[in-house]
Amino acid sequence: MGGFYAAVAVRGFRRYATYRVATAAGVFTNTVFGLIIAYTYIALWDQRPHLGGYTEAQALTYVWVGQALLAAMAQMGGGFETELMGRINSGAIAVDLYRPADLQAWWLAADLGRAGFQLLGRGVLPMVAGGLVFDLALPASPLAWLLFAAAVCLGTVVSFAIRYLVGLSAFWLLDGTGVVQISWIVGLFFSGMLLPLNAFPGALGDVAQALPWSAMLQVPADVLLQRRQGADALLALAFEAGWAAALLAAGRLVQNLATRRVVVHGG
Amino acid sequence: MAEAAAQAEPRTPAERTPGTLAESVRAYRLVVGMWMRSTTVYRASFVMTAAGNFAATALDFVTIMLMFSHIHALGGFTLSEVAFLYGTASTSFGLADLLMGSMDRLGERVRDGTLDTLMLRPAPVLAQVAADRFALRRLGRLVQGLLVLGWSLPRAGVDWTPVNLALLPLTLLVGAAIFGAVFVAGGAFQFWAGDAAQLQNSVTYGGATLLQYPPALFSRELVRGVTFVVPLAFVNWLPALHMMGRPDPLGLPGWVDFAGAPVAAACCALSWLVWRAGVRSYRSTGS
Repeated sequence: MGGFYAAVAVRGFRRYATYRVATAAGVFTNTVFGLIIAYTYIALWDQRPHLGGYTEAQALTYVWVGQALLAAMAQMGGGFETELMGRINSGAIAVDLYRPADLQAWWLAADLGRAGFQLLGRGVLPMVAGGLVFDLALPASPLAWLLFAAAVCLGTVVSFAIRYLVGLSAFWLLDGTGVVQISWIVGLFFSGMLLPLNAFPGALGDVAQALPWSAMLQVPADVLLQRRQGADALLALAFEAGWAAALLAAGRLVQNLATRRVVVHGG
Repeated sequence: MAEAAAQAEPRTPAERTPGTLAESVRAYRLVVGMWMRSTTVYRASFVMTAAGNFAATALDFVTIMLMFSHIHALGGFTLSEVAFLYGTASTSFGLADLLMGSMDRLGERVRDGTLDTLMLRPAPVLAQVAADRFALRRLGRLVQGLLVLGWSLPRAGVDWTPVNLALLPLTLLVGAAIFGAVFVAGGAFQFWAGDAAQLQNSVTYGGATLLQYPPALFSRELVRGVTFVVPLAFVNWLPALHMMGRPDPLGLPGWVDFAGAPVAAACCALSWLVWRAGVRSYRSTGS
């Protein structure tokens, strides 16, 4: 069964790998935004040299990690959730539920494949471009990179689990556009994409760091920047794993509730 | 009745001359009116998506406010002064996005072959593409920009002389025209690279984000690039710095601050040429 979902993930990877021009355009756009944000951060850290405990180099690294993860975490849409909503609205979901595959595991596998491609295709080049223009604080130790990879994987699962709940809302709502929109606005704010969460003022920062969205940027970035090392890094991974498990379980629960009340139009 | 009908429709498609500006505006208004009627039928849905558009746009300003929770000046500019830059850039961009934002759907129409339907109609294609699926919800972005602009007007240290009073609305229109030209050129580019719709985002959304901040923050090469290559600096940087009585970082002669209108006209002419070249190079999927 594991081989089956691996095959789904590989197809998910290949599906997104097909659009080479779109990927190149995306890389360019991520790089331009990275440049703009990097200059604003330089001005900010120029005034407050240790804002949020980051040095300027760490803040700049944070910017490029953010641009590298933006597509992989589907922070501006582009994930599977609109497709799932379409299948729920059209009734095609009934066919999906008859398949000898688990609905949640199927979409998780497909989305991990997509994220894998977008991490490599959309993430690496902007990061390299950022490294060429600015001095970044990238770690030399392979262990930090390994922990970062693990943090990104877990962050992707958290991102999926949230979007799965968003997708399932289509069982109750006729038009899910509003939910999708609210979801990505909240995600951008609480993941730290606007500004590192440790630079948020007061209690807002503490609350934001405890919420699941921090797994999509803040936690992986802190692991890569070695602000969280050793036992603390493992704690960070456990935090992500905890949210991933809780949100996946919530998705499972909502899915069970929803499928009990599936009404296929015309059926 | 048959005679009346015949008289009411004296022109065959061949006799009409699509392409004149008046024809374009008329076609644009008709298509936009149709989409507006269809949008406002689902009022709750419209209100929600417009509010979402407003909130998504507001995130940019939230970032600026978060930054100013730690500092009093960014690159030597106070929050009100940055808000003035933000308001002018966002209002211009919001206006262009509302009117021409549909241009980036062209690639989709090329891919699925429905562009041919638009080409067969006796109305200018550019007007039809620009009005295609006109999204009234984009008012959210425009309103957000206007609110920030309105808040900043009495606070940004602008001396409201008659010249500055006249320069402000002119700046907003010039900015919208420059962004509109980028939308048209970006749309036309999709005749050649249909999948590259994202590319123009780096100039449109990226440009709008860039212009929200003082130019002094950015490297001189970048500022030169958006002054002389893609003249985004004319959207708000040059006139807004003039209104706030601040020098521009490139030290250009003073008359340049007022050169927005001819620059915008040149941009529009250039994008029209790109558009025409795009249409001519178009080969339908069916051919």
